[in-house]
Amino acid sequence: MQSLKQQWFGNIRGDILSGIVVALALIPEAIAFSIIAGVDPMVGLYASFTIAVLIAFVGGRPGMISAATGAMALVMVPLVREYGIEYLFAATILTGIIQIIFGTLKIAKLMKFIPNAVMIGFVNSLAILIFMAQVPHFLGISNMTYVFVAITLILVYTLPRFIKVIPAPLIAIVALTAIAIFSGIELRTIGDLGNITQTLPSFIIPDVPFTFETLKIIFPFSLSLAIVGLVESLLTSRIVDDMTATESNKNQEARGQGIANFVNGFFGGMAGCAMIGQSVINVKSGGRGRLSTLVAGLFLMFLILVLGDLVVKIPMPVLVGIMIMVCIGTFDWSSFKYIVKAPRTDAIVMLVTVIIVVWTHDLSKGVIAGVVLSAIFFVVKISTVKIVQEDNRFIVHGQLFFASSDGFINYFKNKNIDAKQIQIDFSNSRIWDDSGVASLIKVEEMLEDRGISVVVLELDTSSKKIISKLQGMSSSN
Amino acid sequence: MYKHILLASDGSENAVRAAKEAVKIASCTPDSIIEVVYVVDFDKAKSDVLHSNSSIALEIERRKKNSKVLQFLNEANVKYKTSILIGNPGPEIVKFANEHQVDLVVIGSRGLNSLQEMILGSVSHKVMKRVNCPALIVK
Repeated sequence: MQSLKQQWFGNIRGDILSGIVVALALIPEAIAFSIIAGVDPMVGLYASFTIAVLIAFVGGRPGMISAATGAMALVMVPLVREYGIEYLFAATILTGIIQIIFGTLKIAKLMKFIPNAVMIGFVNSLAILIFMAQVPHFLGISNMTYVFVAITLILVYTLPRFIKVIPAPLIAIVALTAIAIFSGIELRTIGDLGNITQTLPSFIIPDVPFTFETLKIIFPFSLSLAIVGLVESLLTSRIVDDMTATESNKNQEARGQGIANFVNGFFGGMAGCAMIGQSVINVKSGGRGRLSTLVAGLFLMFLILVLGDLVVKIPMPVLVGIMIMVCIGTFDWSSFKYIVKAPRTDAIVMLVTVIIVVWTHDLSKGVIAGVVLSAIFFVVKISTVKIVQEDNRFIVHGQLFFASSDGFINYFKNKNIDAKQIQIDFSNSRIWDDSGVASLIKVEEMLEDRGISVVVLELDTSSKKIISKLQGMSSSN
Repeated sequence: MYKHILLASDGSENAVRAAKEAVKIASCTPDSIIEVVYVVDFDKAKSDVLHSNSSIALEIERRKKNSKVLQFLNEANVKYKTSILIGNPGPEIVKFANEHQVDLVVIGSRGLNSLQEMILGSVSHKVMKRVNCPALIVK
């Protein structure tokens, strides 16, 4: 791990430049995610500012960008719709507390148990849901809307070939907003959906009754937000680790996310987390250190304070076009190959994760279902023992424990054996618990009743230890 | 002569052809070493991480992608070292070559994807322009 000084000032020029690039790319996303959540654009912008600035200091992965995200916005939709924004602020604070607890309990270690299949399902369903959220903003509004979405998409995919320094979405926004304003084309703008106030966020205490009832309302949302935020943040930190060939402190990151959300709720922001897309942009633009995240947050706020009047004039179709690009970038396109090539069970886990998320609009439910399902598949897989017969030698393949002991007994129960003596070979197996030992004793007794003596071969040391611990349990000798 | 040779590889057949030439040159000079550099593009990082269980598994997976070249070098009985870098292939190879002060860069002329080459320009061309030592582009 690098020294703190290195993490802050090891790459000053690259960090400042990339921070500016990220701030420019963050604005449309923060606004779009606010619209998804059903709140004013300022809520997402304040969140992005507060989280980015704080995580620069308290995060565990230098160079990673955290802000308002689509994954979190999707979870909070019902809360905002039914109870209003003050409950969202309260839920954000509680999300922070839960994440701080998770971080302190070293929950990052548990994230290792989230299988790839679930992670792939996570990003795919996220992309699908963000896309679905864009549909009402361009489908069946006007022909000009389609034209602007199409032009935006063409611009964001072709411009990077010619202009590398300025992010393409920014050029598309500036050019198309100017065209929309000067040509007088009728298009819905961001201003039609909410306000931009050119002020810094200020300290507030959420206006909710401090009762058990409130807690009961916000807790399920906060728990979902905490899980989704940590899953995406830890996945992103692994990607940044890989891109920069450096290591990061996952538990510190979890705690840092918690601190950032806790404070964020008191400053009128919505819960957020790390962003895969923005972090990739940051590293590709030369960002490596904490300074890049700080600059991204500060420059974003600066832009809003200076250009707020213009931001509200951005046509919605342009924002929709940029969000479609974000979806395409988020989706894991190798998934189609994965469904065909990966083990059947993995492909099913991935698809189930996607289906449940798209069904419930809650990424945390998909993650939990995916983890549970793959755990079941895992138990089923290791709880089958296969026995191969070679003459009078029976070779056991697989693990012998409580879940597989029945299969082991049944094999010998149903097997016709002519020999007077057989060998059971454990060179490809291992006995894990007393059920495993019991099933072996049972088989020995059963066969001896049939006049067949049993020789057990090739037991490894730990299996022998378990057997010797339980010796003298057999009913006869 | 050329003692420290950088062989840029993308794991393709072209890279194997480049490796053949690198071996020819290396075998002219005793004590020469071939430095095999394999660059993983930034854009692959997300997908690679998603599809691997751990960073160790990922490293092995990436080494496998370069296996054709490594197998050839093993059989050719030359001394070599491998590095896996992550970034933009062209600039990363140039940076590595200049930092390690290699005597010669050997690189295949065409990578895996000809469409990409049309859009982004060829990596070998970029490397040849910016590297401080002689470069051999293998057709």
